[in-house]
Amino acid sequence: MLRHILALAVKEFLALLRDPRSRFVLIGPPIMQLIVFGYAASFDLDHVAVAIFDEDGGGAARELVSRIQGSPHFEIIAHIKEEAQVAPLVDNKKVLLVLRIEPRFSDHLAKGRGGSLQLILDGRNSNTAMLALNYMRAIVLDFNQYLGKVRGSTGPPVKLSMRAWYNEDLNSHWFIIPGIVGLLTLVVTLVVTALSVAREREQGTFDQLLVTPLRPTAILMGKSLPGLVIGVIEASFIIVVAMLWFEIPLRGSLGALYLGLLLFLFSAVGIGLMISAISVTQQQAVLGAFLFLVPAVILSGFATPIANMPEAVQWLTFLDPLRYFLVIVRGVFLEGDGYALLMDQYWPMAIIGLLSLAAAGWLFRHRMY
Amino acid sequence: MRLAGMIRKEWLQILRDPSSIAIAFLMPVVLLFLFGYGVSLDAKDIPLGFVIDSPDGNTASFRASFDHSDFFRPKRFNSIQDAQQALAERRIDGIIWLRSNFSSQLLSGLDAPIAIRVNAVDANQARITQGYIQGAWLSWLSQYARQHGRSLPLPVAMEQRVWFNAALISRHYLVPGLVAIIMTLTGSLLTAMVVAREWERGTMEALMVTPLNMREMLVGKLVPYFFLGMGGMLFTVALAVWQFDVPFRGSFLALLGASALFMLVALALGLLISIVSRNQFVAGQVAIIVTFLPAFILSGFIFDINSMPAPIQMVTHVVPARYLVSILQSLFLAGDVWPVYWANMGGMGVLLVILTLVVRRKAYKGTFD
Amino acid sequence: MSQPALILRDVHKSFGSGERRLCALDGVSIQVAPGSVTGLIGPDGAGKTTLMRLCCGLLKMDGGSIEVLGLDAAQQPAEVQAAVGYMPQRFGLYEDLSVQENLDLYADLQGVPKDDRPERYARLMEMTRLAPFTSRLAGKLSGGMKQKLGLACALVRPPRLLLLDEPTVGVDPVSRRELWEIVYTQVQEEGMSVLLSTAYLDEAERCDEVILLHKGKVLGQASPGRFSEEMVGRVWEVAAEGLRPRRLQAELARHPGIDDAIINGDRVRIISSQGYQPQAGTLLPTVQGLRLEAAAPRFEDAFVDRLADPDEAQRATPEINKLAPAERTGNPIEVEKLERRFGDFVAVKRISFSVGRGEIFGLLGANGAGKTTTFRMLCGLLPLSSGRVSVAGHDLRTAAARARGRIGYMAQKFSLYANLTVAQNLRFFSAAYKLRGSRQQERIEWALDGFELASYADTNAGTLPLGYKQRLAFAAALMHEPEILFLDEPTSGVDPLARREFWARTNALAEAGVTVLVTTHFMEEADYCDRLVIMAEGAVLAEGTPHEIRARARTPDNPAPSMEDAFIALVQGRETAA
Repeated sequence: MLRHILALAVKEFLALLRDPRSRFVLIGPPIMQLIVFGYAASFDLDHVAVAIFDEDGGGAARELVSRIQGSPHFEIIAHIKEEAQVAPLVDNKKVLLVLRIEPRFSDHLAKGRGGSLQLILDGRNSNTAMLALNYMRAIVLDFNQYLGKVRGSTGPPVKLSMRAWYNEDLNSHWFIIPGIVGLLTLVVTLVVTALSVAREREQGTFDQLLVTPLRPTAILMGKSLPGLVIGVIEASFIIVVAMLWFEIPLRGSLGALYLGLLLFLFSAVGIGLMISAISVTQQQAVLGAFLFLVPAVILSGFATPIANMPEAVQWLTFLDPLRYFLVIVRGVFLEGDGYALLMDQYWPMAIIGLLSLAAAGWLFRHRMY
Repeated sequence: MRLAGMIRKEWLQILRDPSSIAIAFLMPVVLLFLFGYGVSLDAKDIPLGFVIDSPDGNTASFRASFDHSDFFRPKRFNSIQDAQQALAERRIDGIIWLRSNFSSQLLSGLDAPIAIRVNAVDANQARITQGYIQGAWLSWLSQYARQHGRSLPLPVAMEQRVWFNAALISRHYLVPGLVAIIMTLTGSLLTAMVVAREWERGTMEALMVTPLNMREMLVGKLVPYFFLGMGGMLFTVALAVWQFDVPFRGSFLALLGASALFMLVALALGLLISIVSRNQFVAGQVAIIVTFLPAFILSGFIFDINSMPAPIQMVTHVVPARYLVSILQSLFLAGDVWPVYWANMGGMGVLLVILTLVVRRKAYKGTFD
Repeated sequence: MSQPALILRDVHKSFGSGERRLCALDGVSIQVAPGSVTGLIGPDGAGKTTLMRLCCGLLKMDGGSIEVLGLDAAQQPAEVQAAVGYMPQRFGLYEDLSVQENLDLYADLQGVPKDDRPERYARLMEMTRLAPFTSRLAGKLSGGMKQKLGLACALVRPPRLLLLDEPTVGVDPVSRRELWEIVYTQVQEEGMSVLLSTAYLDEAERCDEVILLHKGKVLGQASPGRFSEEMVGRVWEVAAEGLRPRRLQAELARHPGIDDAIINGDRVRIISSQGYQPQAGTLLPTVQGLRLEAAAPRFEDAFVDRLADPDEAQRATPEINKLAPAERTGNPIEVEKLERRFGDFVAVKRISFSVGRGEIFGLLGANGAGKTTTFRMLCGLLPLSSGRVSVAGHDLRTAAARARGRIGYMAQKFSLYANLTVAQNLRFFSAAYKLRGSRQQERIEWALDGFELASYADTNAGTLPLGYKQRLAFAAALMHEPEILFLDEPTSGVDPLARREFWARTNALAEAGVTVLVTTHFMEEADYCDRLVIMAEGAVLAEGTPHEIRARARTPDNPAPSMEDAFIALVQGRETAA
């Protein structure tokens, strides 16, 4: 039995690595996705285009404007003089926000009265707008405290001392890039295993395999081994790139990460083989993998938090192995988690893996034509 | 007559094979629901841990301002250690810690610091959480000042007005972009597959020896898919407006014009892919890699193009979806903003001209080598 | 009309580049006479399809010129395409359109005026006998009907030159005859010129003129009779009392003075070497009662004589160990009332037969007759709907894995791992059949030597020449010395020389005691079988020895019917009965 599985696995590897198209699937997407996600996918803002509508022109206003100018998040691209200029700038996406400083702003402040500002934001991209708003608030708050100090008053009686744990600089690459470990491993493993049976069906070699004395379980295991091995190699490659190239700290236990990885691959291989057992042609297998991947990625919390989804959709995410692995990989990378804290993520993946492999085995036996 | 015959044949095939109708109409529904509900950047019910060392009236009123907010789900912890443990176990996303000297400091007019810890693994969510906490804190401060008849020691007040999407609902910016993604799929993927199918089934060879010329053949193939894609687009827009309550403020004609131009670009791209790849399997894969993924990540659909590194921003100019996403976000939320509209239409126009030239070079008869 | 319909002058065409450069046509010069049928004959890979595509301007040639109906194919492809009718090997029927819609499409594309259509359609439907099926989807037609519809579409507007690329592959004999009738009607009625490629050598005799193409070169162009004439005096038919034709053929094939020996009905047809005059008494001294008669040469004899390369002629047949006498009695294969339904379509209708030990048993029929379905059920690849199957005492679908170790299987399509090398394939399959250590090594060497694959051991299986692919598939199926061998359409798409090689090997296996079940759609191959069944539309039409089946079609007009005659007689007999 063991020799059979080994012979099959060796053959699978040879078949995979000797075919230029599969070699490409193994090498092309990882590099492309690393570049795209590593650089393009970011929620961080810098150099947001800003227009200043300064109706005051006094010293305090100039001080505020220079603070905005000094911030890496904003770039002032226009100073406007009249109200009518605001709408075209915002409408035409020339600027994301316009800061309007009321007439006699400096004057009011000097007299100890409150000065007021108006911020006009383009809300077409609500996330960007929200972040820009927060940055601007922080600048204004800072300005307030500076004014208080200048005037010798104490400032607000209560201060917030904010600290961001695990990702001190709030760098969203730290969030996205460890996620790629999960995303990419899932894509590659799923495609490799989903294609493995379908390819043989299409080329007629599956019949040839079924008439040999190999047992279906041996075939199943021989086919899952390459998926596991390739998954581990790809994941390790991305982990290394994440650490060395993108300089993301790995704070937790490597063992806990790899345990999670193995369980995750186990479930991915199970699902891949299930898709493979159902499909007759490679095209169907690719389509099946695609149909699974799109929801699996969207509902995994890869880019947007699961907590923001409606309750019913949140329940659905429990079926998604990527959901658990993303917690593990981010937990180990950033939060420094070990085995104990990740227990709740391990067992659901094991169950998904067992159930899908059992289903794949059943489909193998009952759908041999 | 030849052209009419070709179009009629194509229509009959679409009607006979439900899979293309499914791609045009069923897939938008699935994607729209998946993204409409699954992808949201709007945090709500953020679980927060409250640690109040010595509770009294002031801490209670502070906490009450969080209790009444939709954004938070506060939870009481007895000690900071318990709360930190809960944060590590991901049961809460942040801690607000009012130390024992909070009230005494507050009354004496000295600084009363509130310590805030936020799990920043997801930097974007952490920033949004921080923003919400800051907002809640500010509103509590002004309330406190009012109650105690003090003036708020924040001389500068900023009032914000978010245009186009006042409530900053992320769905309102995601769903219009989704229309572009869906059109990319129907336009490019479907065309790539159907033309590749003709090669694969050998019908291309039979068509080529008829007096039908290449232009008639391509036009004949594309006209039905153009209308199918436009039908799918209208259907998606209808769903967006009536099911997802996204406002539509632009003119219908502008929508038709932009999507028609985009559809032509997508069809040309799909055609080019099928001419180059010649079989459905490769065509499908290439279509996903060169049209779907970039439309997803590089179009500004989720990730803001302006915050990408400069080289990647350059790359986005060859992604047709980029232009449509921009037009759609404006049409839906802002209305007919002609400078934005025509600039992006120009971008698509240039792409269309280039693609048409390439297709004409590639698609001549006698390409059987 | 003395000007040729088609002239090729020194045409060259090759594909790929660098080391992989493959020369498809190498200096081809031919002419096709107007108003006649010209056959383009050659084994697979000879360049037939490339030549056809060049003639319609679908490919660009590397050198030379082609003149089609006075037009230059390279300079005026659009005009050429408007003037010729072309039916590719897999004709471009839209399977999801109906017969009528397919016709309408091609009529639109060819610009047939609306007023002329009803008359033309009626004529075409009458010729193809498709009139009752006009509203049926093309995908739901049988293989023969599809091919006839394809021809009808190519003829919607009668072209002056008709190019047909292997129109009769896999088509049942009845439809084949009808296709030929249509072609000849067109030649006579419309004065059309036809260039037709085929791999069936018996069809060559129906052509007015034959062009023999081999490895991209023209070996000759003449009427089929001229080809045969060269062979007069070298073709004989041999029979011996008490010796089965198969044994006799094996003996004769080994004779140094004999170039070719094939089974033809109850006799063996031989070609003697140039200058050797066989005598009944001395030909095979050990065989009693040998009778020898001179026979009329056929085109196939000339074909084999020209193409058989003395170097390739050593037929790669490995030594085969005699099987130990069976422990069990009873037939190795038993089939009882076997039925298979797909939805409401019955693919196999309650068939029964049995195969004895050491027999070559044939399953004959056209494409779609239910052969492959039956075959897959026997191998345990497809569940039965009802009935019973026993192979070596087991139903392979439910039997333990060990039972599968007793059978060998070779699929219709080449089905080994194309991107693994020959040696890697052999190693994997031997491991799958539980061979290990020195035994495994020994069998791999046996396969490499016996099938002359040693020089290709490190070549990817997918890039092997066709004949070698088949050897490899055969070797892989024999690694574990099975008792029962299943061969599905082993000779489909294989040229006559490779087919001879294949049957020599299969004979040797049967002699060694291996039971062989083989499917084929070549009717003339039936004579190699000990017994056979003929299937049509899922049912058994006839069962028996080749001699018995042929005897059924014997009539005063046709005292020595071929297997194809017998098949047609059986089908027609059933139709009249129904």
